[in-house]
Amino acid sequence: MTIDTTAPTSDLASRRQTRMDPVAMADAMGTAGDETRSPAPQQVMPRLIAHFHRASGHFGGQVLTFILTIAAALVASVPMIWLAGSDLWLTTTALFGGALGSGPAIAETMVQMIPLLIAGLAVAVAFHASLFNIGVEGQLLFGGLVAGIVGATVNLPPVLLMIACILAGMIGGALFALIPALLKAYRGAHEVVTTIMMNFVAVAVSEYAVAPSGPFVASDQPSATDRVPEGTQLPIIWDGTRLHAGLLVALAAVAIVTWVLYRTPIGFRLRLMGANQGAARASGVSIERMTILALLASGALGGLAGAVQVLGVYGRFYSAFSPGYGFDAIAVALLGALSPIGVVASGFFFAVLHAGSVPLQAIAGISREMVGVVSGLVVAFVAAQPAMLRLWSGWRKPAVDDRAIETGAETPPAAEKTASMEMPS
Amino acid sequence: MSHLLTISLVISALHLALPILMPMLGGLISERSGVMNIGLEGMMLIGAFSAVLVTYFTGSPWLGLVGALCSGVLSGSALALMTVTLRGDQVVASAAINLIGAGLTAALIPVIWDIDGLTPSVAKIPSIHVPFLEDLPAVGRIFRSLSLVDYICFALVFLVWWVLFRTDAGLRIRACGESAESADVAGIAVVRTRFFAVVSSGVFGALGGAYLSIVTLDMFQASMTQGRGFLALAAMVFGKWRVWPGALACIAFGFADAIALRAQILWRGIPHELLIALPYVLALFALATFVGRASGPAGVGKPFTRA
Repeated sequence: MTIDTTAPTSDLASRRQTRMDPVAMADAMGTAGDETRSPAPQQVMPRLIAHFHRASGHFGGQVLTFILTIAAALVASVPMIWLAGSDLWLTTTALFGGALGSGPAIAETMVQMIPLLIAGLAVAVAFHASLFNIGVEGQLLFGGLVAGIVGATVNLPPVLLMIACILAGMIGGALFALIPALLKAYRGAHEVVTTIMMNFVAVAVSEYAVAPSGPFVASDQPSATDRVPEGTQLPIIWDGTRLHAGLLVALAAVAIVTWVLYRTPIGFRLRLMGANQGAARASGVSIERMTILALLASGALGGLAGAVQVLGVYGRFYSAFSPGYGFDAIAVALLGALSPIGVVASGFFFAVLHAGSVPLQAIAGISREMVGVVSGLVVAFVAAQPAMLRLWSGWRKPAVDDRAIETGAETPPAAEKTASMEMPS
Repeated sequence: MSHLLTISLVISALHLALPILMPMLGGLISERSGVMNIGLEGMMLIGAFSAVLVTYFTGSPWLGLVGALCSGVLSGSALALMTVTLRGDQVVASAAINLIGAGLTAALIPVIWDIDGLTPSVAKIPSIHVPFLEDLPAVGRIFRSLSLVDYICFALVFLVWWVLFRTDAGLRIRACGESAESADVAGIAVVRTRFFAVVSSGVFGALGGAYLSIVTLDMFQASMTQGRGFLALAAMVFGKWRVWPGALACIAFGFADAIALRAQILWRGIPHELLIALPYVLALFALATFVGRASGPAGVGKPFTRA
C-alpha cells in the first residue's frame, strides 16, 4: 500500500517517488555507506525490505506473491496429512468448514484473527526499522498480565477501567521491549537473542504471578487472575458469538500504523533507517533513538494484542492464554509483506488455520501443531522469495547480469542509473 | 550456601552446559563463515526428536545418535540452501527452521506414538567409564559421572578450536566470514565453504538436542530444548565469537541452571517459577554489563554473490 502503490506513469512521477521513498533513496545511495558507517555488522534486513518494496511495486504482484506463498506452504504440508493417515478432501473440508462454514465459525475465525493481526503489526513495525522483534510472544504475555492485574485490582468506573487496562497492557509490552531496545541501541546486542531471552523471562514472571502462592492468583481459578469487573470486558459485537470489539481496536491499529509509517516524518525516518542505516545516519536520524522508538512501538503493539485478548475473550489473565500468537505473528508480518493491509490478509489466513485446527484435530486427526509448521513453511518461502524472483527474471531476461536484475524492473530510471555506477559487489 | 556448592553441583552444571555448548560450537562455525544461524533451537529439536525416533525403532541409542547427526545434516542443508545457495535473508530463513522444527516435532509425536506431548522412554546412551581418573580423590566423582559422550563433546570443543584457528580450512571459513569478496578473490570457494559451515552447525545443533533426549533424559518432549539454542547464541556473543571464552560462557549458563534447580530444593522461600528464568536473566545481564560492544565477523548476514 501507500508510497509504493502505483507503478510510475511518467519519468517525473517516478523521480518524485524516488525522492519520497526511503527504500528507493537507500537503493540510490548504494550499500557502500552502509558498510563504512554502520557499526553493527549484522544488518541483514535492508535487503529483505528492499525486496518487499520491489515485489509490492504493483498490487497484482503483491496479491500473486501472497497466494503463491500460501499455496507453496500448503502443498509442502501435504505429506504430513498423508503421514497422519488422513486424506486431502477430508482435511480440506474439516479446515475450511471449521473456519468458514457457518456464521459462528466465521465469528470464531475473526476472534482468532484479532491477536494475530495486532501482533503481526507489532512484528511488521520492527521489521520496517530493520529490527527482528522475535519477542512479541513475551510482550503479548506480559501486556496481558499487566492488563489482567490492573483490571482485577484497580478501582475505576468500568469504561475507564477498560481503557486503563488497554493502556497498561501497551505500557507493559513496551517496557518488556525496552531492555532489548537499550541493549541493541547502546551495546549492539542482537535483538533476536535478547528478545528471545525476554520471552522466557515473560513466561517465568507470568507463571509466578498466578502460581498457587503467587501475588495475583484468583481465589476461584488456578493459573489466572481475578475476573475484571462487569462492563470492563470489551463488548461483544456479534450476539451469540465470542466476537468482541477487539476487532475494531485491531482495525484502528492497522489504520494508525499505516498513517504513522507512511504519512508522518517519524515513520519516514523509521523506514529510512530500516532501508539503509548509513543513509539515515547521514541525513541526521539518530539510529539509537529510532531503534528504541521502533522496538517500544512494536512492544506496545504486542502488549495491546495481549490486553485485547485478555479483556475481549477471557475477562481475566490466564498464564496459558496464548498458543504462540507472537510466533505466528512473524509469519503473519512476512506473508503480509510488512504492509499493514497485507497483514490484515495474512492475519485472516492464519486465523483460518487456527480456527480450523480444532475440527482438523477432531475430524482428520491432524495435530494442532501443524499450524506452526505451516507458519514455518510460509516464513521459509518468504525467505526464499528473492531467489525465486531472481530466477523468474532470469528466465525472462537471460542476458541481463544478476546485479541489474536484483535492482529490479520496478526501480525508477533515476535510481537505476545510480545503481549501475556503484561498486560491483 | 555450604549445601549449595558441592561436587554434585559441578557435575550437574557440566551436564547442563553440554547441550548449550554443542549448539554454541555450531553457531560459532556458521557465524565465522558469515551466516547467522538463529535456527539452532529448531535444529536441536529436530535432532532430539530424530534421536528418540531412531532409538525407538532400532533399539540402539548409538544408531539414534547417528540418526540425530543425519537430521542435523538435513536441517543444516535446508538452511544452507535458503541462505547460501538462494541467498535468502539469514535471520528470516533460520526463524523458519525454528518454527518448522518446533511445529513438526510436536505434530509428529501423536502421528507416531498416538500420544500428545511426550514420547515413551527409549534406551539411553550407556555410560562408559575411564578407569584411572575415577580413582582420584575428590574430583574422581566428577569423572565418574562423565560418560564417553561427554568426553567426546569436550574433545569436540578442542577440535573446533583447532580446525577454526589452526588449520587452512579454518582460515578459509573465517575469511568467508570477514569478507566474502576478498575470500573469493583469493580463490576460496565461498559458497561451498559457507554451505559446509552451515551444515556442520546443523550437526552440532542436532548433537546438542540428542544429548538432551537420549543422554540426559530418555525421551522427547515437545519444545524440550527450552531456548538452549538461543542461550548458545548468547554464549557465543559473550565469548566474542571465540571458542574457549564461548565455552566458558556455556559452563556459566550450566551453573546458573544447576543453581536454579538446586535452590528450588534448598530454599523454598524463593518462587521456583522465577528461578527458572535465572540463566536468561544472567544472559541479559551479561550482555548489558560484561561484554563490550559486541561485534562479530564483519561479513555476517551478507549474502555472497559473485560479481
